[in-house]
Amino acid sequence: MSGLDQGKMQLSGRGVACVRGGREVFAGLDFAAVSGEAVAVMGRNGSGKTSLLRLIAGLLIPAGGTIVLDGGDAEMTLPEQCHYLGHRDALKPALSVEENLAFWADFLGGERFDAAASLTAVGLDHAAHLPAAFLSAGQRRRLSLARLLTVRRRIWLLDEPTTALDVAGQDMFGGLMREHLARGGLIIAATHAPLGIESRELRIGGAT
Amino acid sequence: MTALSALIRRDIRIALRVGGGALIGVLFFLTVVVLMPFAVGPDLALLSRLGPAILWLGALLASLLTLDRLFMADHEDGSLDLITMSRTPLELACAAKALAHWLAAGLPLIVATPVLGLLLNLDMVATGAVALTLLAGTPALTFTGMIGAGLAVTLHRGGLLMAVLVLPLSIPVLIFGVAASQAAIVGPMTFGAPFSILCALSLVSLVVGPFAAAASLRHGLD
Repeated sequence: MSGLDQGKMQLSGRGVACVRGGREVFAGLDFAAVSGEAVAVMGRNGSGKTSLLRLIAGLLIPAGGTIVLDGGDAEMTLPEQCHYLGHRDALKPALSVEENLAFWADFLGGERFDAAASLTAVGLDHAAHLPAAFLSAGQRRRLSLARLLTVRRRIWLLDEPTTALDVAGQDMFGGLMREHLARGGLIIAATHAPLGIESRELRIGGAT
Repeated sequence: MTALSALIRRDIRIALRVGGGALIGVLFFLTVVVLMPFAVGPDLALLSRLGPAILWLGALLASLLTLDRLFMADHEDGSLDLITMSRTPLELACAAKALAHWLAAGLPLIVATPVLGLLLNLDMVATGAVALTLLAGTPALTFTGMIGAGLAVTLHRGGLLMAVLVLPLSIPVLIFGVAASQAAIVGPMTFGAPFSILCALSLVSLVVGPFAAAASLRHGLD
């Protein structure tokens, strides 16, 4: 696991504010996460969990405050060091499971791991040649997780990662997250359900 | 480079599979051109005079038809988020997508031109001239169309809006494309002048298109 074990890093936000469609979603949000730690972002629907992840991923521009990464790769921007697993799977129905994964591995670049082994790890090896159009919601989620394993990035931004996964799938995913943290990774996950691993809670949008 | 070639290969592969856009454009082109002799009537002289214009119109409409999906599909399934975040500059990714679109949807139009020229009573020289102008001009259609495709994602409106936005940009290409073809067939102008302007339009759009599309996609982040 070369390149992943070196150095601690810290992702922190100071006074982060988010405005969507003219409405303030949250403001003055402070957070910090260090490598080896998982942060579970909790809050009611519409409190801005997804928005926070998209702010970190550089897919939204903060209305105020700053998000900085200390101790990461100085050559790269924060989004370039992140994996973003959103509601939408970024899979092409016309391509097979294998082709979808191979494309993202080639396109995202960087340190690369065996795609077939990743498919085995998420339990999709039997469906490698199947077009993604025929996958169930849970299988699509598993294929997205295989992307996180094939291309190594230290920061995982996960949006409701366990939706559509069955119990065995959630256990498998818990194991993958634990491995990632053990390698010095960092996880920020927006979630309603318990993540299934030791995590620190970040509550946004007030109580309830 | 691996990233860009992976993107080009993926887009071509999707376009060529069932339900992809490549065949739709060619079929549309075929339909427009095949129907034209029936609409105009059996006047061979008139047909060969209108021929280059008909072929160019068909190619223009066929490329507009398929272009609006250029970014929309990636936007809808979340791929665009990952492309925006990636280590590949968005401008280069846009250029790669446009190139893939041209290879999958533009090139077949040019290959089909000689066959369709027969239906319009065009001789070898005329067909060759039209095919050559299409080869030089269709990249301009794709790369200016890409700006509209980017804006369509930003504004959350597909199809019609994009056609309206892109049409003014593609009019010069149409004018000089047809002018160059006519010059080669009947004169009296030289072929070189309008053809050079056509090539210039393509080169300018090759440079401006990716930057404009990437700026539009970045602006529309949400």
